[in-house]
Amino acid sequence: MNVLIAVLRELIGLFVDDGSLALMILVVILLADILATLMPDLHLAAGAVLLFGCLGVLLANVARAARRR
Amino acid sequence: MTDNLAHIGPAMTTAFLASLVEAVEALTIVLAVATVRGWRPAGLGAFAGLLVLALIVVALGPLLDRVPLHLLQLAIGILLLLFGMRWLRKAILRSAGVIPLHDEATTFAAETAELREQARRNEARLDWLAALASFKAVLLEGLEVVFIVIALSAGRGMLVPASAGAVAACLLVAGVGFVVHRPLARVPENTLKFAVGVILSAFGIFWTGEGLGVAWPGADLAIVGFAVLFLIVGLASVAFLRRPRIKALS
Repeated sequence: MNVLIAVLRELIGLFVDDGSLALMILVVILLADILATLMPDLHLAAGAVLLFGCLGVLLANVARAARRR
Repeated sequence: MTDNLAHIGPAMTTAFLASLVEAVEALTIVLAVATVRGWRPAGLGAFAGLLVLALIVVALGPLLDRVPLHLLQLAIGILLLLFGMRWLRKAILRSAGVIPLHDEATTFAAETAELREQARRNEARLDWLAALASFKAVLLEGLEVVFIVIALSAGRGMLVPASAGAVAACLLVAGVGFVVHRPLARVPENTLKFAVGVILSAFGIFWTGEGLGVAWPGADLAIVGFAVLFLIVGLASVAFLRRPRIKALS
């Protein structure tokens, strides 16, 4: 049972370490999805939101982590 | 031949590098078990872990073929972004000295001490506990390898090259570990994690975008551009976080 719980924890831990990073990535993906759905002709704009949104999230997250320590 | 290599190279190399990191971590625990209790429980546990991993791959493979490509791209892309950016974040913070570097020698010492403490408490069950520790290490680190191989290969017919990269890394680490009988503390784990984090994040952006209906300029070549951007942002973050803090004069 302990092994099963450890495996489940590890599975979640594969993708979520810092909860705020995972949440912000999902928010960026949602924004890109909304843009791609509302304006299918401007699909590259959705791509730009996805790419630069994720880069921005990464920058903000490491800066915040460094400030906290 | 060159086209073929250019096609399979990134998946194979990424799987190799990522698996190298995970195999080194698993080897540290297996070696700790072998040091305290011998190779029999360590080997049995590791073998059982590999068997479960093989079963997971065999069970998941056919299931993935039934998922529509568009949905598969989106799901794998999102998971790759979560996974890759998690690795990249940690590698940036470690490179900048914000959090300590992962140290295989320390992990080995901690695991050995824990097994010895278990031996003191309950000698009779120790072989079972030692094998379980080895099994857990191989299974848990192996799950990351399995995810990376599946994510890099799904929907692109890359299962064989990605698996070959992963198996080559595991065999290399197992072989070196068997010869030196010591944790591989000199493997530049954080540099590898940094590089793999950059590549997986780039793949994640590409697949998520494709899943959302984005037709990237340059098709697959866009991944290289994304990787360069993630690398620049990662290195700039390290340089920024490493700079000496200027204290305001009071």
